[in-house]
Amino acid sequence: MRIVVPLKQVPDTNNVRIDPKRGTLIREGVPSIINPEDKNALELALSVKAARGGEVIVISMGPPQAEEALREAVAMGADKAILLTDRAFAGADTLATATTLGTAIRKLGGCQLILCGRQAIDGDTAQVGPQLAENLGVPQVTYVRRLDLEDGVATVERELEDGHEVIQVKLPALFTVTKEANKPRYPHARAIMSCYGPGKLECWSLADVGLSEETVGLNGSPTKVKRTFSPQPKGQGEMLSGTKQEVVKALCRRLRGRSLL
Amino acid sequence: MDFHFTKEHQLLRKMVREFANDVLARTAAEIDETGRWPAENVKLMADLGLFGLPFPHEYGGAGAGEMGYAIALEEIGRVCTSTGTIVGAHTGIGAMAIYLCGTEDQKRKYLLPLARGEKLAAFALTEPNAGSDAAAIQTMAVRDGDEFVLNGTKIWITNGDVADVVTVMAVTDRGLGARGGVTAFIVEKGTPGFEVGSLEHKLGIRGSSTAELVFNDCRIPKDNVLGDFGAGFIVAMKTLDVGRIGLGAGCIGGAQACLDAACRFAKARRQFGKPIADNQAIQWMIADMATELEIARWFVYRTAWMMDTGQKFTREAAMVKLYCSEMASRAANKCLQIHGGMGYMKSFPVERMYRDARIAEIYEGTSEVQRMVIAGQVLRQY
Repeated sequence: MRIVVPLKQVPDTNNVRIDPKRGTLIREGVPSIINPEDKNALELALSVKAARGGEVIVISMGPPQAEEALREAVAMGADKAILLTDRAFAGADTLATATTLGTAIRKLGGCQLILCGRQAIDGDTAQVGPQLAENLGVPQVTYVRRLDLEDGVATVERELEDGHEVIQVKLPALFTVTKEANKPRYPHARAIMSCYGPGKLECWSLADVGLSEETVGLNGSPTKVKRTFSPQPKGQGEMLSGTKQEVVKALCRRLRGRSLL
Repeated sequence: MDFHFTKEHQLLRKMVREFANDVLARTAAEIDETGRWPAENVKLMADLGLFGLPFPHEYGGAGAGEMGYAIALEEIGRVCTSTGTIVGAHTGIGAMAIYLCGTEDQKRKYLLPLARGEKLAAFALTEPNAGSDAAAIQTMAVRDGDEFVLNGTKIWITNGDVADVVTVMAVTDRGLGARGGVTAFIVEKGTPGFEVGSLEHKLGIRGSSTAELVFNDCRIPKDNVLGDFGAGFIVAMKTLDVGRIGLGAGCIGGAQACLDAACRFAKARRQFGKPIADNQAIQWMIADMATELEIARWFVYRTAWMMDTGQKFTREAAMVKLYCSEMASRAANKCLQIHGGMGYMKSFPVERMYRDARIAEIYEGTSEVQRMVIAGQVLRQY
């Protein structure tokens, strides 16, 4: 079975400090990591491979330094990594990203299982997984925390706020995986020392993927960012004190004063 | 000149740091408090290849070199000195002696499972009357056919009670003294006549075990002579040279933890209406800690690089061990002082870090022995 895991390299937002004067993120010196839930997806893929055999291919669209994330995935146990990197891919929104990833996966000759992280900690859209499933024309289930495979059918648990659904899907299919699914493994020291070796990573340019410039990167992105801003901090709440009756009276007075009662 | 770590070594550091923060940090205080040997963590580290870092692939190692080993020891030492001691005794001197001086057969038989972490190693030199004066060892090995009969007692052997394979130094010809009269032997656990004696209670590194080893007519096959017959002292010195690099790396980890704790506390603790970090008295301590740590760190990695590139490093390794251990003690002392009364209390990790730091100035050659080695090496050049 061939399993593809799309990965994103993200800044480690746990280590991002905020500039106290300007209220913006200090990105300088912030380490880049594999998006945490993408690691859960990779762990799930590796455990499926361990149980049923096959190969795990990790794929990422990003700048050349995204190679580090893919090499780490190889150290964890992925068989092969593909880095989609080209200036033309820059500025992609989730749709252009899904288009690029989907075309690359077709070029690989397709796969039975695509496991994505639920969402990335930088963009937080949770859109690339579902859009990729649409692009590939395969069924999808989001928020998966458990996956069982039998005779080409996946039985998955889909997390909800107040419980979970059990869903059966025929493969090929795409699942987005939550952090509850597993605890990702640490790479073995020996695998770390050999993960930069030859033959483990391929870089594909726009021409290699075989898409036109109009469909990728900023050109292929219908999302337009109008502006970005930091939300105004809410004012301090006011605590009313006194006996219950005093507090209720004081509250009613205020609500009436604002014509809310 | 290039001061960058390779991508592989950077990823190795990331992995060990995450592992140390996730796993070792959780038990560091508890194993210190109870003196429990952390078998479960040892198993996890073995599964990640952390017991064979410097050794080549063909002997079951990770092929990370002394550099990779030093990086791992720094990251482990930052979180748990007891665990660093377990790894150091196993990899840095126990298995290292076999890697440096073993025959091909000995490496296949003993180093392979040690590097994979399937078995544990220890290194046994010290005796009641032979500490810094290693040449004064009493343990005797007498040839009897194809075997040697070992008699004597070793003390303060880290991992001694849990080790499957122990490198033991014994006198084979008292008349020849240290040079020519001492031989190294590979002794397996379970060999009749080899028993573990008492375990020590210690000031620090309490999660690592320190054992007495007793040899009573213990018969060792002659194939288990490590290095040349009569060259045991050279085996010991070569091995301890390497061990000093990893030991220094553990010290920079410990000192980094002290600096981190001191800075965080100094910025949070307010006295006289301001953080104590605003006081020059505190700032000077922080500045000295950070400066000495930076010096020590690059000295450790340069010496590891010298070893990995096949250069001589006896002088540098002794300097690393001397400087890093004393630097780490100074850092722990300042860290505790910055914490004031809180640093003295068991509820803060600082008092453990302070106790743990002290041993590095003593084990694997005291500061005084390092100065002897350094002075000898320096004076030889004139």
